[in-house]
Amino acid sequence: MIEAVNISKSFGEKEVLKNISVQFEKGITNLIIGRSGSGKTVLMKCLVGLYDVDEGNVFFDDRNFSNMSFKEKKEVRQELGMLFQGGALFDSMTVEQNVMFPLSMFTKKSLEEKLERVNFCLKRVNLENSNKLFPSELSGGMVKRVAIARAISLQPKYLFCDEPNSGLDPMTSGVIDNLISEITHEYQITTVINTHDMNSVLEIGEKIVFINDGELWWSGDNQNVMKSQNKELNDFIFATELTRRLKK
Amino acid sequence: MLKPIGRYILLMLRVFKRPDKGKIFRKQLFAEFQSLGTDSLGIVAIISIFMGAVVAIQTAYNIDSPLIPMTMVGFTARQSMVLEFSPTIVSLILAGKIGSRIASEIGTMRVTEQIDALKIMGINPPNYLMLPKITAAVLYNPILIVLSIIMGLFGGWLACIVTQLVTSEDYVSGLRYWFEAYTIFYALIKTVVFAFIITSISGYFGYYTNGGALEVGRASTKAVVYSSIFIILFNLILTQLLLS
Repeated sequence: MIEAVNISKSFGEKEVLKNISVQFEKGITNLIIGRSGSGKTVLMKCLVGLYDVDEGNVFFDDRNFSNMSFKEKKEVRQELGMLFQGGALFDSMTVEQNVMFPLSMFTKKSLEEKLERVNFCLKRVNLENSNKLFPSELSGGMVKRVAIARAISLQPKYLFCDEPNSGLDPMTSGVIDNLISEITHEYQITTVINTHDMNSVLEIGEKIVFINDGELWWSGDNQNVMKSQNKELNDFIFATELTRRLKK
Repeated sequence: MLKPIGRYILLMLRVFKRPDKGKIFRKQLFAEFQSLGTDSLGIVAIISIFMGAVVAIQTAYNIDSPLIPMTMVGFTARQSMVLEFSPTIVSLILAGKIGSRIASEIGTMRVTEQIDALKIMGINPPNYLMLPKITAAVLYNPILIVLSIIMGLFGGWLACIVTQLVTSEDYVSGLRYWFEAYTIFYALIKTVVFAFIITSISGYFGYYTNGGALEVGRASTKAVVYSSIFIILFNLILTQLLLS
């Protein structure tokens, strides 16, 4: 479980996160939703330690990440996997080298063992026989899948996904969503997904947290999100004509 | 003014840590020897040969007194190449070539979140990205400069032979005249300092790139400009310290 307790974050005069407290459960897909500029990405970056919080604490299974030394954080980080919006694959490395990278850095496995794990992860994301391709030779969906393979190569306890569907067609988005959901349940990972894709919300949102203007506005699941009476949440969810018709 | 200096020092403190994995560091180091060093051999050779040739021809044309021996052409070419042209001018050219490459490479990694990905994995990004580059340049640039001196002197000799302004014997005799090994030491010290300036300043501008493609270009330009300014500044300081 990941827990944020009263976290706040400002950039200069602008207060981006205002005293947010939230829990993300193990073995389910936890979604952070909200409009662009609402503070979703900043919240996620505070959770993973890319930004230091101004106030409050972040706990990974009762371990206070915010108060840890660099060395202690390093150990926790090896339990984290993250899928970035653009994939963030290393351009100079092949698919195989990208997925193998965390294994080479943090394990003492032999090359054969590492290759076995790489092939397993690539097979898990349906990308067999892509080992020797470079990121520039991959489609958007393939980049995301390689990034997922890299994120799970060290068998993480926590998986963070920053807008995993951005720039993808609806069909590929569905594939990525299902893949993340399957991996979460299969390996009992605490998964946190940052999205504003309504399909993802309805398909895989087992726990949903709605952030508005840097504040936690609503939390629940995909069964209740459509029925909520919260005005800001409704404005966000039923922003398009299609969703308004669906509601009717 | 003080903030960038503080940030640079803090960044360097993070760079000079023990690498996470020695084997990977060695692999990166050899890759950097290739990309920062060996790949620069061509441009260093061309510039050095032409520089040596020009210095020799200009010196020969300016000697119009019969009291000055033509061996002065070789002597002047050697002193110019060893003291200034090879260590300083070649380093300025390398600042343009490898400085912009380092800044744009690291800057692109920053804007495409690759540096964040390294950090998430628990890797120290400045150490992983910059230490191999700094080490490679500090070790390889002296070799480049020695080759530059040799090629510059060869260029001077070639110019003398082709233009028939100076005989080969006079030129070679001038090269050997009043040679002090300390000047080579001085050139190498300068080269090592300049190599550190180029790689660390370029790495700094790349690492702190913020934004998109436009900012990567800006970071690359700043890296070259600031590296060049600091090379010129340290050239003066080191000359005063080592030769006065």
